[in-house]
Amino acid sequence: MENTFELSVTVNGTSYQKVIDPRTLLSDFLRNDLELTGTHVGCEHGVCGACTIILNGDPVRSCLLFAPQVHGQEIITVEGLGTVDDMHPLQEAFREAHALQCGFCTPGFLTTLVPWLEENPNPTEEEIREAVSGNLCRCTGYQHIIDAVKLAAEKMN
Amino acid sequence: MTYKVIGKRVKRVEDPRLLTGGALFVGDVNLPNMLHAAFFRSDYAHAKIKSIDTSLAKEIPGVVGVYTAEDMGEAWEPGPPLVSPPPTLEGVVFNSRRQVPLVKDKVKHAGEIIAVVVAESRYIAEDAVEEIYVDYEPLPAVTDLEKCLEPGHPLVHDDLDSNLAAYLVQNKGDYEAAKKEADLVLKRKFKLDRGAAVAMENRGIVVDWDQKNQHLMIWDTTQSPIPIRNGMAARLGLRTHQVRVVAPFVGGGFGPKIMMFYAEEMVLPWLTMKLNRPVKWIEDRKENFYATTQEREQVQEVEMALSKEGRILGIKQKIIHDTGAFDPYGLTTPLNTQSHSMGGYDVQNYNSELFVVFTNKIIVTPVRGAGRPQGIYVVERMLDIASKELKLDPRDVRRLNFIPKDAFPYNHEIIDQAFVELVLDSGNYLPAYEKALEKIEYDKFVQEEQPRLRAEGKYVGIGVVPFIETTGVGPYEGARVAVEPSGKISAATGVGTQGQSHMTSFAQIIAEELGVEVEDVSLVSGDTAEIHWGTGTFASRGAVVAGNAVLAAASDVRKKVLKLASKILETPEDELELEGGLVRVADIPEKSISLGELAVLANPFRGAVEPGTEPGLESTKYFGPAYGATAFGVHGMILEVDPETMMIKIHKYIAVEDCGTMLNPLVVEGQIHGGVSMGIGNAYYEKLHYDENAQLLNASLADYLIPTSAEMPHIEVYHENTPAPNNKLGTKGVGEAGAIPVPAAFAQALENALPDFNLEITETPLSPNRLYELLYKSEE
Repeated sequence: MENTFELSVTVNGTSYQKVIDPRTLLSDFLRNDLELTGTHVGCEHGVCGACTIILNGDPVRSCLLFAPQVHGQEIITVEGLGTVDDMHPLQEAFREAHALQCGFCTPGFLTTLVPWLEENPNPTEEEIREAVSGNLCRCTGYQHIIDAVKLAAEKMN
Repeated sequence: MTYKVIGKRVKRVEDPRLLTGGALFVGDVNLPNMLHAAFFRSDYAHAKIKSIDTSLAKEIPGVVGVYTAEDMGEAWEPGPPLVSPPPTLEGVVFNSRRQVPLVKDKVKHAGEIIAVVVAESRYIAEDAVEEIYVDYEPLPAVTDLEKCLEPGHPLVHDDLDSNLAAYLVQNKGDYEAAKKEADLVLKRKFKLDRGAAVAMENRGIVVDWDQKNQHLMIWDTTQSPIPIRNGMAARLGLRTHQVRVVAPFVGGGFGPKIMMFYAEEMVLPWLTMKLNRPVKWIEDRKENFYATTQEREQVQEVEMALSKEGRILGIKQKIIHDTGAFDPYGLTTPLNTQSHSMGGYDVQNYNSELFVVFTNKIIVTPVRGAGRPQGIYVVERMLDIASKELKLDPRDVRRLNFIPKDAFPYNHEIIDQAFVELVLDSGNYLPAYEKALEKIEYDKFVQEEQPRLRAEGKYVGIGVVPFIETTGVGPYEGARVAVEPSGKISAATGVGTQGQSHMTSFAQIIAEELGVEVEDVSLVSGDTAEIHWGTGTFASRGAVVAGNAVLAAASDVRKKVLKLASKILETPEDELELEGGLVRVADIPEKSISLGELAVLANPFRGAVEPGTEPGLESTKYFGPAYGATAFGVHGMILEVDPETMMIKIHKYIAVEDCGTMLNPLVVEGQIHGGVSMGIGNAYYEKLHYDENAQLLNASLADYLIPTSAEMPHIEVYHENTPAPNNKLGTKGVGEAGAIPVPAAFAQALENALPDFNLEITETPLSPNRLYELLYKSEE
């Protein structure tokens, strides 16, 4: 590569230093360079929300950022929320309420909602619908997702 | 049997991995030494290729090769025909024209592939695509269904005399005679437009040819791994055992991920064998709009003859069905339209003339609903219009016409998508319809709520629509079930998963049969190495066809378990029970043996296998129904129209469904919710806008709007249960049900909400803009 960028970034508590092509999208960096393939790419134009990650505490779309833009910053991806044996209460609630079918959009919903629930611990249904209206799901009609968020809020309180 | 888990709201076993980012999708497959493909696609929908210049693209560092149709040589051939035309009808015309891997001479839809770049990264491959130059001679595009059969019209396929892809007539009774007896003959024209499936995961394929092993590995986002394996082997001159297709977790299918042999699926295996390196291609969203199949475009002229009491005496129909540039999937979709154009009604006289036409639009194959929504739309709209003309309550008209429950099995006397007679196996429609009216509080709404809200200046309306869904068609599916030495159960079936919860629902069947926990069953559903025979996940058939194959295999394993345990425990089989992973003597629970121990004994290291027996506690069984299992449902909604913005708010939505035995109600409800969301899109938000050049104008998720949580109502789902009589589980499919009645119910509710306008809706999808136009027109 003629032109490279030395990227330092902390992802899910681990710090990484990687030499990358500066035009690498953050979504591709996470998926290909760090092999964190839980972050899914559904549209690459910032609409579907599947690629959402948590950047310095806020949900952002990783397909709309170049990887060098997160230099020196902290990211949490779906892999950082919980593990199969120790899931986040929201992940548990998604399972309990059948809030996922194909599961492709799910990581983006989780990363959108985890920070949101911290700020909105007692949401109404209307507020939840508003909160997830920027994430597309084709399988569930959103209803079980809404149920799961309510359930998670109860569990977390 | 003491242990019951079929029908329980079991949490899904596949979820923990999906929830923590640990589930494998095709896009996650990365192999050492892997190359990446990107495609040069035609901007024109209809054009002759005069020349292709790939020289600059080939010079870009990191590009391994750039290939066109010419480079494929003898490996270039169109995709296989997937479903043959129906052989049993007289006078059928079917012109089979299938998609090609790379365009040779003439482009037939925008997005068709002219060249492929293979490079060390996707970024480099896409750079190189930008450096390919094609000189075209643009041709007039074929887009208009009603004009494209006129003499002298431009042709999509120059070797044909016209744009006719197929023609057939289906007839039942004598419509013309029935018409003479009618008090009312209604005639209307309907326009049903295109939508996209929009699975959240785009398509993708990773291929890896192992020269030394002479083996081709394919990861593919397909709903049908086994047909892809078979077809791929045939195309490449390999034996089927030399090809393994894995459809791992697939991020939504909804029809277009069927065994299509898309151009990309035909090009990549050729590339890996040519280059001896793994090659990956993942579709982007723009490609998904331009290259992945779509559905629903039809123009229909429908005539309905009725008595003054509202009895349907007959239906006559002319369907012009757009198949796009090619017709690889035969007549499945328009045959479904015919199968649903009489709905769940006792119609004695039906005449339907079908014209399938080629256009320069993207290929049409089934999308969730697959022709059924169009059939239900026209019959239900006609009944609504007839009710107004005859001054009858639209509910009474439906009640009068339902097939009565003692008339099943009911032979509709036409051919269905499986090319067998359309026999509705069972049903009990009236109680489900009444239940829907009760749950939506129809009387209360029209007598109290609606007048009150109208007095407040609000435009609120109600729509309730019944529908049938033909499901569970053949040919067959298989399943393999085996007890492992650990006592855990392994199972496999050929129907891949795109979110339908196979790993849980099928595990429930096995768990109940063998007396183990659902978590102890590990089911593989999309790997040709695990099972040799099968077709795939489509046509709402998994729970019926694969489900009953799973039951048959599990029952056979149970027999083997009992036979062996009986010998070891020296107890007659009928005194044994299976529970908690053990076989035990019913009256002496401490006298038992575990399934694991039995599995070890069934596969001895020494001694001969007795003649006529097989080693292991394993069985592979198949299920093939003579005809399908037809489900029924009723959807109702109350909506409000904002007269300023034409935006819609759905205040209440109810669905009563009867899919026979439910394997897992949680999963059934999820299927209904998702189907309704697609149906709401089909009714008011989702329309693919093609211009006169067959250019798709809204090929992005910013322009093609699928419902978000803000548009979706809360859906109340209620169940009825009329078990399917022709399969042991009693299951009927439910995968597509949710989407089918929504546009019809939506149209009914809209007309009901806007009584001051002379509004008659005969088209779908609508939109706020289109509704404004219709209201403006009706005021004139």
